[in-house]
Amino acid sequence: MLQVKDLHVTVEGNEILKGLTLTINAGEVHAIMGPNGAGKSTLSAVIAGKDGYEVTQGTVTFEGKDVLEMEIEERAQAGLLLGFQYPVEIPGVKNIYLLKSALNAQRVARGEGEMPAPEFMKLVKEKLGYMKMDASFLQRAVNEGFSGGEKKRNEILQMLVLQPKLAMLDEIDSGLDIDAMKVVADGVNSLRAEDRAILLVTHYQRLLDYIVPDQVHVLVDGRIVKTGDAELAKQLEANGYEGIEESVA
Amino acid sequence: MSDTQTFLDTLKARSSNYTAEPTWIAARRQAGTARFEALGFPTRRDEEWKYTDVRSIAQGNFAIADNAEFSPATAAALTLPIDAYRLTFVDGVFSSALSDLDSLPSSVQVLPLSKALAENHEAVGGPLGRLTGVDFSPFAALNTAFMEEGAVVRIAPGTVVEKPILLQFLSRAGQPMMCHPRVLVEAGGRSEATLIEHYTGESEATNFTNVVGELMLDRGAILAHYKLQEAPLGDLHVASIHVEQGRDTRYTSYNLSLGGALVRNDLISDLNGQGAETNFLGLFFGQGRQHVDNHTKVNHNAPLTFSNENYKGILDDRAHGVFNGKVYVKRDSQKIEGFQSNQNLLLSDRAHIDAKPELEIYADDVKCSHGTTTGQLDEEAIYALRTRGIDEATARGLLTLAFAGEVLDKVTLDAIAERVELAVAGKLPERFNLAGLVEAAVSLND
Repeated sequence: MLQVKDLHVTVEGNEILKGLTLTINAGEVHAIMGPNGAGKSTLSAVIAGKDGYEVTQGTVTFEGKDVLEMEIEERAQAGLLLGFQYPVEIPGVKNIYLLKSALNAQRVARGEGEMPAPEFMKLVKEKLGYMKMDASFLQRAVNEGFSGGEKKRNEILQMLVLQPKLAMLDEIDSGLDIDAMKVVADGVNSLRAEDRAILLVTHYQRLLDYIVPDQVHVLVDGRIVKTGDAELAKQLEANGYEGIEESVA
Repeated sequence: MSDTQTFLDTLKARSSNYTAEPTWIAARRQAGTARFEALGFPTRRDEEWKYTDVRSIAQGNFAIADNAEFSPATAAALTLPIDAYRLTFVDGVFSSALSDLDSLPSSVQVLPLSKALAENHEAVGGPLGRLTGVDFSPFAALNTAFMEEGAVVRIAPGTVVEKPILLQFLSRAGQPMMCHPRVLVEAGGRSEATLIEHYTGESEATNFTNVVGELMLDRGAILAHYKLQEAPLGDLHVASIHVEQGRDTRYTSYNLSLGGALVRNDLISDLNGQGAETNFLGLFFGQGRQHVDNHTKVNHNAPLTFSNENYKGILDDRAHGVFNGKVYVKRDSQKIEGFQSNQNLLLSDRAHIDAKPELEIYADDVKCSHGTTTGQLDEEAIYALRTRGIDEATARGLLTLAFAGEVLDKVTLDAIAERVELAVAGKLPERFNLAGLVEAAVSLND
């Protein structure tokens, strides 16, 4: 589904990713872990198309298409969706409007036509229930005045409504208390499907107790230095990243 | 030949039309003429016109229209799709064919000014020129000198007018024309009404409209006043609106300025009775080289009066906006509240705004605030929207509308809100104000 090959990325002249290679197949859940500054957030930002990241070498393809050649919105329309570590507040734009226009923009781009309003409301109601969110959220401006936990839940709500093929979640666990984390994890787990993949970027192993990954990658200094199964995350929790870095060196 | 002389010559050529009129009208016309002749057009040396250059008007040569032919199909395409009592003016000339006063209740009078003047109607003799005198500005003087047409609206005390009263001013393409409409509104005690002034026209038009509005609200009257200015982009538009508010009245102005090459609005409310409240909501949008100037003034002449002003400016390309808002509190007008906010959004590096909020307070027990800000669209928010599959143009449109939201959300007439949405944000995939959907969402809680 997603293939990243020998990806080199610089930000303001500093090379952050130094030859990252990663393959994610449909139905899989991958976790990328690593110490601060290893380039975890850079990877998802480059795939989503954020400005300021220069790809100097390597390729990113999604279902055979060159992601780096696509506009930001085209990536979303193709089914690549990023959940932000720090969701942006958008004053004056209601959640309901964002959900409806985003869903319909994606459907129209795929030639599916807009979803009728009653069907849309039914879908949203179901997903709100999943995220234990009140319908009044829909009327509020996107993330404006939301608590940290509410913002993260809102990111997952968007994922549930928009149903991406590949959901990339950047530090979705940061700032969450244990109850909120369970709700968020349940939401993410409900996304798991044969034809869908999930990429978790996280600093802590804690999240992976709730969302058990198929593969765990350790990212150190811009490269994936080790790949394993969920057990690897537990080792990291016990021994920290230092052991890994040493074994690489 | 001076700029003033061109207009005086046009007036002189027009004078044969005025020979039969009553002496009181002739006297006012003369006063207007004399005042205009003495003042001439304002220049940027005048403090009130510091940021607005009116040479495109002063150096123009505008004729006065004598007929009001407009194809019904063209008119229908321009008109607001709204169920209203309607008076239509084409280049300032009343068009009976395009007007519709069917089922107007007898407690409401709506008539063209020409008819009221010809009948020497009691509704015009006293009020006309009382609020906006010839001294107000050279344009008010010019309007008085050329006064021929306009609208007279009189609402009997206690009347609730169910449908809006729509005054539409259509501008035709072709030879440059000018018109000087005068709008007189008397809202009787405890009456309630919605008045819409709508300016629009054929896109190639290059006319000059110089309107004066005088609105009187008697005790307890409530008036919603929409001014939807969608004039063609070559049109020149000057409006002077003066509102007089008695005790416990509520006036709300929705000043929506979208069109015109040069636009100047003066809006003044006199709060003369306790409990009077005025709300000034404004949205001005400029693109290309449009120049949009809004001058507002609230006079708190009585204690316990309230004003709330919120003006939003959106400027693109090389557009130039001006906001000058003044709140004046007369000596010993205690316990008043006056709030004013002006926010501007610049969509281009070359767009420009001159904003000047002013407070002048001569009482000590008042609650007043004002503020003005100018900013640009949040690029982070545009990125966030695009990562959800929304294209960039739509994302920008959405955020622009969101900026206008505080004002636009208060526009309860859908037909007008839609026009503003389209002008400001372009064609969006959804109606921005998903009112029905939000209600549906709320009902999900039940």
